[in-house]
Amino acid sequence: MTEIRNHTLNFGPQHPAAHGVLRLVLEMDGEVVERADPHIGLLHRGTEKLVETRAWAQSVPYMDRLDYVSMMCNEHAYCLAVEKLLGIEAPERARHIRTMFDEVTRLLNHLLWIGCHGLDVGAMTMTLYTFREREDLMDAYEAVSGARMHAAYYRPGGVCRDLPDRMPQYRESPWKNKAAVKAFNENRQGSLLDFLEDFTNRFPACHDEYHTLLTDNRIWKQRLVNIGVVSPERAKQLGFTGAMLRGSGVEWDLRKKQPYAAYDKMDFDIPVGVNGDCYDRYLVRMEEMLQSNRIIRQCVDWLRENPGPVIADNYKVAAPPREAMKSNMESLIHHFKLFSEGVHVPEGEAYAAIEHPKGEFGIYAISDGANKPYRLKIRAPGFAHLAAMDEMARGHMLADVVTIIGSQDIVFGEIDR
Amino acid sequence: MTAKLTTLRQRLETCLGERVARLSLAQDELSLEIAAADYESVMRDLLLRPELDFAQLIDLCGVDYSTYKEGGKGRRFAVIVHLLSLAHNWRLRVRVFAENDDFPLLPSLTPLWTSANWYEREAFDLLGIVFEGHEDLRRILTDYGFVGHPLRKDFPLSGHVEMRYDEKEGRVVYQPVSIAPREVAPRIRREPGYGGAHD
Repeated sequence: MTEIRNHTLNFGPQHPAAHGVLRLVLEMDGEVVERADPHIGLLHRGTEKLVETRAWAQSVPYMDRLDYVSMMCNEHAYCLAVEKLLGIEAPERARHIRTMFDEVTRLLNHLLWIGCHGLDVGAMTMTLYTFREREDLMDAYEAVSGARMHAAYYRPGGVCRDLPDRMPQYRESPWKNKAAVKAFNENRQGSLLDFLEDFTNRFPACHDEYHTLLTDNRIWKQRLVNIGVVSPERAKQLGFTGAMLRGSGVEWDLRKKQPYAAYDKMDFDIPVGVNGDCYDRYLVRMEEMLQSNRIIRQCVDWLRENPGPVIADNYKVAAPPREAMKSNMESLIHHFKLFSEGVHVPEGEAYAAIEHPKGEFGIYAISDGANKPYRLKIRAPGFAHLAAMDEMARGHMLADVVTIIGSQDIVFGEIDR
Repeated sequence: MTAKLTTLRQRLETCLGERVARLSLAQDELSLEIAAADYESVMRDLLLRPELDFAQLIDLCGVDYSTYKEGGKGRRFAVIVHLLSLAHNWRLRVRVFAENDDFPLLPSLTPLWTSANWYEREAFDLLGIVFEGHEDLRRILTDYGFVGHPLRKDFPLSGHVEMRYDEKEGRVVYQPVSIAPREVAPRIRREPGYGGAHD
């Protein structure tokens, strides 16, 4: 008789389903996982240490590179923490712009997630569909900040500049002839708000396509239903937030419970799961996309009606306009001081949390009154979710581990920091 | 929000009594400071008492206070825990200083909140705070075989060693760092009201 022994399997760090650089050491009994031990830190860049050596405003671009698929949300939490310490508040228009771009970011994140989750589980075409919509949203990023991903658009005190009146255009190239370029540019003739409005009209139909491809798909359901079940009690114990917590049936969303930016003025619903398995988390995130679409539309309507300043009118904290800097001595001094020494943040500590696409993203900042943070702790939602990998994967088959990683929506930029 | 925090403050004072070393409200956030000896019992009460009901440990991090305002804060290492109550919708920050600066030791919270597991591993890795009763206190973020605790204030930004591939030996080797530390804008603290800021 052959002797059957447990064996240890090394999953990743280069495995495509490991979503970056996850190394999982799996103790297997045949094809059943007995213990999962995630090894993280392969993308550790020491953000928390680096931030201590930079002036407060210089750290905004570092935040983009944490969760590199939901860039502006990370910036938002950081800016809220600094604003809390400084005792200032962004103007109302800036708060609406932030709300709108947080939801654009949520769509960007969820579109990437559903694409990659599909890819992991075997639905190869999903990325082709979702990247089509992602492209439009990244164009919105580009229009407003000049960068398609690492925007650095939010600033402590508001946002960097007001929304642009025109969209970047496609140009003719050996790969795109005149007729193709014209078709591409058709919905880019107006302002950014026109473009986003057009997007919100188009998106529900795209969303239906994802549902057609996945929701009642037999293979998709076989792979997701009853996999990685987490009870509401365990979800709380494990520090779950966001869609992971809502998938387990706990109704909790910071946008509703502890509103920030302009969410208290928005009309939207919070989807909640029932069974706490991968399929419920999938449904929750799918519904969140439609809700984000609703919020974007409300913000577009508000922003059309209400012009105004987009950054705090306090030159000790936020830079004066560039034209003023060229003609006004005092503005020049403010500008020089802000971009060399930086703003001095009063002594104190603050924790600012936002409803990030992945869960609760928090920034805990301690200032001792200097021009640089004394300590900055980044509370990444994925860190707590991945810590639960062992509990979620135990007793499942090897292939289910991939489903669970996909449903946790793991991104290593934020986990390893 | 403030009315809620007043309620929380009163409940904390009645529930914890003598064990509250300091309770302060700033920026709409309540911070509770406790002694290391009371850490375990206070945290247990915060989780289990239904009138407090902090079901979630949102974050746990260590702080090295040795250069705070260029002089420190007395003891060097503190652990800061952020708690969230889903039932009451309030948050609390708990700060506890480790008694010994050379060997910071605190009891582990893993028996109370499972999520404390990785957060404590991280605080151990980055700051060298040891959690008694933690079953799996390994390094988590730094490299295998890393020496030192990078978030301590006496750890240089560029680190101590760098890694490169050695052609002759056919493997990666570690060697002392060759880059010199560089600071573009120095860290500086100004007197209160400097330049008319934050009046």
